[in-house]
Amino acid sequence: MTGPATAAIVGAAETAEIGTVLQSSLGLATDAARRALTDCGLKPADVDGVAISGLNPYLPTSLAHSLGIEARWVDATMMGGCSNLVHLHHAVAAILAGQCEVVLIAHGESGRSHIGGSAYRPTADSWQGQFELPFGTAGPMTLLTLGTLRFLRDRGLDRRALAEVVVAQRNWATSNPRALRRDAITVADVLDAPLIAYPFTRPMCCVTTDAGGAIVVTSAERARDLPRAPVYLLGAGEATGAAMASQMHDLTSSDAFRRAGAAAFTEAGLTPSDIDHAMLYDATAILPLIALEDLGFVSRGDSGAFVAEGNTAVGGRLPVNTNGGGLNYTHSGMYGMYALQESVRQLRGEAAAQVTGLTTSLAHTIGGMFQAAATAILSTDPA
Amino acid sequence: MTSSTPHPQPVATPETKHFWDGIAEGELRLQRCRACESTYFPPQPFCPQCTSDDIDVVRSSGRGALYSYVISHLSPPGFEAPYVIGVVELEEGPRLLTNIVEVSPDPDLLPLDLPVEVVYHAVGDFTLPLFRPRP
Repeated sequence: MTGPATAAIVGAAETAEIGTVLQSSLGLATDAARRALTDCGLKPADVDGVAISGLNPYLPTSLAHSLGIEARWVDATMMGGCSNLVHLHHAVAAILAGQCEVVLIAHGESGRSHIGGSAYRPTADSWQGQFELPFGTAGPMTLLTLGTLRFLRDRGLDRRALAEVVVAQRNWATSNPRALRRDAITVADVLDAPLIAYPFTRPMCCVTTDAGGAIVVTSAERARDLPRAPVYLLGAGEATGAAMASQMHDLTSSDAFRRAGAAAFTEAGLTPSDIDHAMLYDATAILPLIALEDLGFVSRGDSGAFVAEGNTAVGGRLPVNTNGGGLNYTHSGMYGMYALQESVRQLRGEAAAQVTGLTTSLAHTIGGMFQAAATAILSTDPA
Repeated sequence: MTSSTPHPQPVATPETKHFWDGIAEGELRLQRCRACESTYFPPQPFCPQCTSDDIDVVRSSGRGALYSYVISHLSPPGFEAPYVIGVVELEEGPRLLTNIVEVSPDPDLLPLDLPVEVVYHAVGDFTLPLFRPRP
């Protein structure tokens, strides 16, 4: 937009509980949605746009029906973990175009208990079903990790680089009472933990939880009349990547990450050095390293040293994944909403591990196995 | 690597039938675009580089190099941990996901760029293209 922000997040909330929660996926989404509306002092009747995604194509209808919302704008775009940031990107454009005024973006996922929804599994005649599943792929821990040994060798690193990511984020999680994993941990502890998919041990792989979150988005003008300090969207981007991780041009870098990130920075008129805080989707410990390079926070090859030297940790110059991340805090299967929630909390000054003096936060999220990405740059300052 | 639980079986579509027919006959089939000369995978009836449908099915040498891998300690249906999920870069250029077999799942025995060759592995009544270290 490179001008004053046109839209803002005015309400945000996660479900009352995360972890093991006896609620359906829809129940988690509506719990978070009601809290987000309460947070901004709006009623369902004020909402005219809804966005939510999952395997059920009619989730927006269920969300609207459940809350008594009569939507005139709908987005059910399903691109895995980056879906909610894609919704945000679309919602801001729709609000600017006058298609709707107040959009509720919600997510709920019974990722641990599997109540009211099943996990995604490709069919046997899809590309994944023909060219991945017959070879024993078992979801993100065997696919998001596929290029990691090549990444480490190309950058002159070893497995300790992955462990350093875990240690930095665990230190944030120790301050977060809602985090599932919050005991201090050392590099040696991480390396000695049970293997999930070599070179990855269990702490290098995310937790699995039931959780939900929701945000309310409206125009910057209307945001000024609402009770919470607006969190402005300065720029956003979305991009497709390779259809299978094995078919990426370079398995150590993501085209989708680079293009989504570049689009968000261009729209915001900012560069990586302008960002005070970052949420980098971390289903496994390699993702933040790839994102740091692909978004331009560091040059290619420098991400391992950047993390190991403490730059992303408590007291570092670019605090990253300050809720503990998917590795420690929560991960219900599609994590994007939780990255957004922590960006909003940090900018509002209400995070469990609050960083002082923040103006800008970047949230970067992945869809599928590098199949898509979306990035959002948020700020307390509309200009 | 194999277990008693059912192994996921690939189901061909009209666009991929030549590939799986080839595997059953002991041939690794790629496609090559006559217009832009790119060789590609996965199978589709037009070139992903230039969208030309002037294409040939070509037989791969079956030789390549180990580009990257993980050693899975998970046990999805049909598999007993540990087993190697690798990405092989074929001599013709395309990469594909496969299992590296006939070698212990030990990182010391699996350096990146290890020369590998295809081996056709029967699983019940279907066949998969797996790879083993080349002598």
